[in-house]
Amino acid sequence: MPNLKDLRVRIDSVKSTQKITSAMKMVAAAKLRRAQEQAEAARPYSERMDRMLGSLAEGLPTGAGGPELLAGNGKNNVHLLVVMTSDRGLCGGFNSSIVRGALQIIRRLLDEGKEVKVLCVGRKGRDILRRDFRSLILDTFQDLGKKRLSFADAKTVSDRVLSMFEAGEFDVCTIIYNRFQSAMTQIVTPQQLIPFRASDESQADDASDSVSSNDSQKAVYEFEPDEQEILEDLLPRNLSVQLFRALLENAASEQGARMTAMDNATRNAGEMIDDLTITYNRTRQAFITKELIEIISGAEAL
Amino acid sequence: MANTVEFELVAPEELLFSESVELVVVPGAEGDFGVLPGHSPLISTLRTGVIAVYENDTVNRRIFVSGGFAEVTPERCTVLADEAVALESVNRSDVEERVEADRDLFDAASDDDKENAAAALAVSEALLLALDTVGQA
Repeated sequence: MPNLKDLRVRIDSVKSTQKITSAMKMVAAAKLRRAQEQAEAARPYSERMDRMLGSLAEGLPTGAGGPELLAGNGKNNVHLLVVMTSDRGLCGGFNSSIVRGALQIIRRLLDEGKEVKVLCVGRKGRDILRRDFRSLILDTFQDLGKKRLSFADAKTVSDRVLSMFEAGEFDVCTIIYNRFQSAMTQIVTPQQLIPFRASDESQADDASDSVSSNDSQKAVYEFEPDEQEILEDLLPRNLSVQLFRALLENAASEQGARMTAMDNATRNAGEMIDDLTITYNRTRQAFITKELIEIISGAEAL
Repeated sequence: MANTVEFELVAPEELLFSESVELVVVPGAEGDFGVLPGHSPLISTLRTGVIAVYENDTVNRRIFVSGGFAEVTPERCTVLADEAVALESVNRSDVEERVEADRDLFDAASDDDKENAAAALAVSEALLLALDTVGQA
């Protein structure tokens, strides 16, 4: 028969755990709202950036000859993977699902005989990836946006990626992050950044012979200084913006995942407390009954 | 056609400004240009400078930008700024502090960071200058 005191201690400890998890849930909910607002606020910029890039890319001859950030450097051997995770745990399957997605990609690329390099954003992803692919990890960015994610954070990452690209250290860059859908669902999303994939690129397949006709039908924008130069400015900028967007989505996802996880934990703790309380009451009742029986049978014996 | 142009100013972190204006003067990389309704389509890079928004033939708002891009169509003018500061909302001592801080960073920076620190310093100095120019006007 379980000891009454042990049960009581157990109930108390579950209760305090429950308090912690419900507090964490509340904090996550508040942070989630802030993260969502921030993601929302950042959306106009990237939308307008997309639009501008679209009108620029239209006028450029596609395929080889364009800037390398847009067209790639023609090779496909070394892949850089930017894996975005959180710095802190206790957020359910958030980190492990990203890492699982990243591992899949890494394995596939390695099977195809490509070289893979990994940049980690967030401590947790690095910790898990280190077990299997320690040698592939180049560097880790930690504590990005500890208080509030700023564009400068995204810039540090993109600067690094750009300088590596310029040094020819990789050919293709893909980021993998959790896209925020709702507090319950986050979608692991790989997105190729270099060469940049414009969403409507597929229609520009007849570029080689129709440059002149292309020019005449669009011929709308003037460019200052000129197209090439603007593009050279705009593309690195776009890289930062894409990274920033991914970071924001990821931050919102993290808080969403944590909120859900902590909600579950709070509920589980509640169930456990109920169970333990029933056991506790039964045991107490049994002790009392036993004592009564002892007293009665003692009295009868006299 | 309306005699105003939709002016939007967007920084990476938020949409700062979006309304109909009569005229906006933007510091383009190859010289300032004014945007009136019906401007021909244009995409330009920006240099560090001040955007002036006109209302009733007078400037009613000045916004400092550290650089970025502008897209102009007959109906609208969209500015993607790297950093944007509305000049009426900052006070001089804050900017002076920022210049000091950037100068310290520049002095302390290693050779690798020198370039970035210099750029940051140039931006904050330009902001201070812009502030002073407006103050005199």
